[in-house]
Amino acid sequence: MDIDYNQTLDLTGVACPINFVKTKLKLEGMPKDEVLEVILDDGEPIMNVPKSVKEDGHKVLAIKPFGDRFKLYVKKQ
Amino acid sequence: MADESIKEFEKLGQQFKDEEKILKVDFDKLKAGGFIKQRQKDLFTVRLKVPGGRLPIKKLRKIIEVASKYSGSDYVHVSFRQSIEISHVHIRDFDNLVKELKEADQEVASCGARVRVPTACSGCEYNPRGISDTQKFAQEVDKRYFGKPQHHKFKISFSGCPIDCARTRGMDLGFQGEVEPKWEEPSCIGCRLCAKVCPTTAIIADKDTGKPHYYPDRCIYCGQCIKVCPSDSWCVNRTGNCVRIGGKHGYIPREANTVAHLIPDERVFDVIDKTLEWYGNNGQKRERIGNTIDRMGISKYLEFMGDILKWT
Repeated sequence: MDIDYNQTLDLTGVACPINFVKTKLKLEGMPKDEVLEVILDDGEPIMNVPKSVKEDGHKVLAIKPFGDRFKLYVKKQ
Repeated sequence: MADESIKEFEKLGQQFKDEEKILKVDFDKLKAGGFIKQRQKDLFTVRLKVPGGRLPIKKLRKIIEVASKYSGSDYVHVSFRQSIEISHVHIRDFDNLVKELKEADQEVASCGARVRVPTACSGCEYNPRGISDTQKFAQEVDKRYFGKPQHHKFKISFSGCPIDCARTRGMDLGFQGEVEPKWEEPSCIGCRLCAKVCPTTAIIADKDTGKPHYYPDRCIYCGQCIKVCPSDSWCVNRTGNCVRIGGKHGYIPREANTVAHLIPDERVFDVIDKTLEWYGNNGQKRERIGNTIDRMGISKYLEFMGDILKWT
């Protein structure tokens, strides 16, 4: 199942917590209800960023494997 | 401090008293320990009490002041059990050193066959992984039990989560924070992160839906599933403490017996009281509680503890 998204952010190779900060800033610049796709590395990034984004009040729609990385879909709230 | 060295110490003090008539050392207080004889003649290491490793800056300032004044070295030593030790202190300076430390409410720790200063991790106040309030426990244990005579040394420690930084497996009595998770289906997005993060395969993601299958038998109550879950499907069912008894380091180390899980916070002091009571009644002189357990059998201890260690 593919997910429609409005913007994308490739955070391959970006370490915690910079990846979260970049995601946060990107979401701040987006209108409500738009969906952001974020590409995250395995390990710490995929373990930390989704929860942090959620704690910031946004809605995590899905997390999909993407090769050895992951795609995170977040709806701006 | 061993009895022999206390005697030696008293003799030494008496000598000073007789010869110099200036030494005013309270030997009763010193017997509670904290003064450790060094290789060097008349020099001692003074072990300071830092329960849970939490040292208010006000006290730290005073320690720096006092150490600069009375230590024959240019450093302090940070011990393995979170205390600060001032080395190379001359016996004639004990009295002043203790008095001056007291100005900042800094006390000297204990050695010997007593309940020692409790150790702890930083706990749940600001550590994201922390489950239990280890610092609150450590301060309270220090207040209630510090220095109480036992058959042998008695070390208590508190870890905030199953990573167990405070090494509860190597303590006479250890408590470690635990959280039992529960899963609520409606909000689950099937992202599989919980299964990925679980260190013990207590959570397996469904092949098709990605939703978790939970196997409580394998759960170590670390709460990583709750922490990672981006949709709050995993949440806290209850928190409590794992209880470990009879661990020690030393020449012949012994790993503690894990005797309970998810014991509520309000029962922690009942566990300590009753454990010390059992040890008092059943232990022998110079025997650690782990050895008492080996000699008598863990079932004797569990029988005595009864419902206090029961959890469901």
